[in-house]
Amino acid sequence: MFSASVFFLSFVASFFPLRAIAQQKGASAPAVVQPGAPGQPTKTLPASTTGTLPPLSRADVEFMQGMIMHHAQAVEMTALIPSHTNNKDLQELGARISSSQSDEIRFMKRWLAARGQPISMAMPGMPDMDMSGKPMPLMPGMLTPEQMEALRKVKGAEFDRLFLTGMIQHHGGALTMVKDLFNSAGAGQDAEIFNFATDADNTQRAEIRIMQNMLEKKSSEEKQ
Amino acid sequence: MNRLLRIALQVMCIASLLGGGAIRLFAQEPAQAPAKQDASKQDAAKQEPSKKEGDEDDENPFAPQPAPALPPGMTGSDVNDPRYKLAPGLYDAGESMMGIKHLILVKKPDAFELGTSDPDNPKVLKTIGLLGIGNVAKIPKPMQLVIAQLAFSNSDLAFQGDHLFQGNFYGINIFDISNPAKTTLLTSMVCPGGQGDVSVYKNLMFMSVEMPNARLDCGTEGFPPEPPPTPEEMKEHKHRLPAAQKDRFRGVRIFDISDIRNPRQVAAVQTCRGSHTHTLVVDPNDKNNVYIYVSGTSFVRQPEELEGCSGEKPDKDPNTALFRIDVIQVPLAAPQDAKVVSRPRVFMDARTGAINGLSNGGSHDKNEQKPRDTDQCHDITVYSAIGLAAGACSGNGILLDIKDPVHPKRVDAVNDPNYSYWHSASFSNDGTKVVFTDEWGGGLGARCRPNDSNKWGADAIFRLKDDKLTFANYYKLPAAQSDTENCVAHNGSLVPVPGRDIEVQAWYQGGVSVMDFTDPDHPKEIAYFDRGPIDSKMLILGGDWSAYWYNGYIYGSEIARGLDVFELTPTENLTQNEIDAAKSVHVSEENVQNQQKIVWPSTLVVAKAYIDQLERSQALSASQIASLRKAIGAAEKSHMAANKVKKLKSTAPSIEKSAASAKTPADASRMHSLAEILKNPSA
Repeated sequence: MFSASVFFLSFVASFFPLRAIAQQKGASAPAVVQPGAPGQPTKTLPASTTGTLPPLSRADVEFMQGMIMHHAQAVEMTALIPSHTNNKDLQELGARISSSQSDEIRFMKRWLAARGQPISMAMPGMPDMDMSGKPMPLMPGMLTPEQMEALRKVKGAEFDRLFLTGMIQHHGGALTMVKDLFNSAGAGQDAEIFNFATDADNTQRAEIRIMQNMLEKKSSEEKQ
Repeated sequence: MNRLLRIALQVMCIASLLGGGAIRLFAQEPAQAPAKQDASKQDAAKQEPSKKEGDEDDENPFAPQPAPALPPGMTGSDVNDPRYKLAPGLYDAGESMMGIKHLILVKKPDAFELGTSDPDNPKVLKTIGLLGIGNVAKIPKPMQLVIAQLAFSNSDLAFQGDHLFQGNFYGINIFDISNPAKTTLLTSMVCPGGQGDVSVYKNLMFMSVEMPNARLDCGTEGFPPEPPPTPEEMKEHKHRLPAAQKDRFRGVRIFDISDIRNPRQVAAVQTCRGSHTHTLVVDPNDKNNVYIYVSGTSFVRQPEELEGCSGEKPDKDPNTALFRIDVIQVPLAAPQDAKVVSRPRVFMDARTGAINGLSNGGSHDKNEQKPRDTDQCHDITVYSAIGLAAGACSGNGILLDIKDPVHPKRVDAVNDPNYSYWHSASFSNDGTKVVFTDEWGGGLGARCRPNDSNKWGADAIFRLKDDKLTFANYYKLPAAQSDTENCVAHNGSLVPVPGRDIEVQAWYQGGVSVMDFTDPDHPKEIAYFDRGPIDSKMLILGGDWSAYWYNGYIYGSEIARGLDVFELTPTENLTQNEIDAAKSVHVSEENVQNQQKIVWPSTLVVAKAYIDQLERSQALSASQIASLRKAIGAAEKSHMAANKVKKLKSTAPSIEKSAASAKTPADASRMHSLAEILKNPSA
């Protein structure tokens, strides 16, 4: 199951005090066991055992904070479409990217908020600086201020081309971020971030293919 | 509504006013839980609101999103259905049902919950602390318990004898269902790694594992994160710990369950992408082995961790771990020797030999704007009795010839313009239809809202003839659901009512829906059960992952709440005789994705079910129906006395005769089957 487009914090209220439904009855209490590695014996755990999880990793938090910044630029880019091009295919694609990335930004904010983590890597009140006071680095694939300015300045077919090449670069960066996440020690062990990153990877891979095809189609049309 | 949740909501409202990062977000605790923080922080927080008002970035990320407008020509689900507006609650939600009786909910055991269900218990703080999460004091208490619930979600089900196996992202729970209405937990097996898709075969239990926290030894500690870097390391982006871990496990675990209260791990077969789901395959011609088809959907791991793994594009690396499934052979006499024996390229273009030969620009889809490469199967259902498997493979539905189970061959592939993610499949018992599901939104989104098209996130029913799939119609849960209920088509199984194709299916928080697809062009809901949302203000993940029929009962794996047991009850859509006939079918083991042919006994109970159906469709006259019922009643009453049985047998020819002129193939088939029973009836 789970890919995670509109992913909601599984806010399952295990804290509900009400234990209304069936409690275990019968002669013997349930066994709580933990198998060992293949060939090794299984351990019996105390009946009072409750669930535990691996610690959250810094790479997880930074991935989410960085991806919010990364996604925000995609939304900013797609917001240019209505005023910059009449290309229907691009408008449709832009609407899809904008809605899925906005959804995902909300998910990432929820994920961070529920864990008591800041939503941004920036120094509070200083959005252009990181916590150590240095200028905020761009996430992989993000367009430079110069590239963004160039995109804002053009219209029509030239906008389409710059948008597509820019967004392919941008999405490619997201794939790099996912790869880096899973290549960091102890990262991606949280079920929600695992699902989210897996889904983001699948979705952005697909959108890159779509955009590459649109570019190829455009260039072959222009040749004719 | 629960008080604690309301507090959480209030906190979120405060947070959205305060704005800014979470540092400020959680600077104030809810009024009900007096703050222990220093005064200066609170003062700082109080000065914030005026400055931040109207900042769009500070919307409450926990508020549900309304559905966009319906696209032109599309229809949404029914808002007048009683299921649309049920009262919220975890254990006290409103319920609505038709043709189904709820027998019991067995709650998730504490071993599969984080910490404790009491937020004031010091254990909770300890657990949060162990997670290494920021400053615990900054997180409102109600939030503290919900941080990692997906990690404890219930998932798929398998059955054997009196035992039910419920998968969970954290392990497997085994239940005693000898008395289904008094289902009890026998064993909680802790072994994290998600999603815990589960199958059983004799003394063996199989489990899918895909997440990076999974360890060979079933440990819960995962792997240590990189320690905070020194300033110098920060500059150079140096890593101190390698990501690759020899003790990590992603693939299929095999357990010996000879002692049901003490499963032992006997093998753990590693794969490059792990195992999102798996399918047990029993080759009728191979008594020494069983096979496992592994569907991996997540990232390909580094070759440093598992040799030979490559996530490259096919043009760069022909040995890429993408674009394939893995087949594990399990020797029954030596399961510890289980290993991957083939990696079929089921998406290959037969003409060009390209391994990425399928895209979802497939047969139904004239829209070339969606050339998404299909590089994974999500789930595969095998039907060995007919030598076929139906694969739900992200961008496509595919049909595989599995007569040689180690080398499945694709024989057909379909696409659908309204499909987002091909998720699962089931065959009709006679193998003439396949029901696919579309998990639009991944199961975590609300996708049954009034404005969500009833062709999106729905079942798609296909006719199957001569290894070709032909689209017939969609079926989606007819009732609209709220925007705080995750809802989309999910896992289901056949209900063995003779003479009809009936599937019971889980729709997450949309509940359980029983659907008749005997006529694939006009699928119809005949029974349902639904609860209200866990909460009405925010989407809290829950609902049924799977709903399967097993030996007379329906079992629902509820993600958040536990395990539900249901029974069908008679309605105008389904008679007691039809239910009794379904209950008369017994199997010793059930893994729904390894579909078994249902064979009905030649009993009068089954005959009576056919007669009810022929009455409903008016295929036999009222007088024919009445005389048949009289003859059957007399035979039953006489305990199958020879003269009464002889009378029954004499009715068969006239039914055979009526079959020849039946209006529908379904009725003709019912009459043939009925005549066969009457020729040779047992009680």
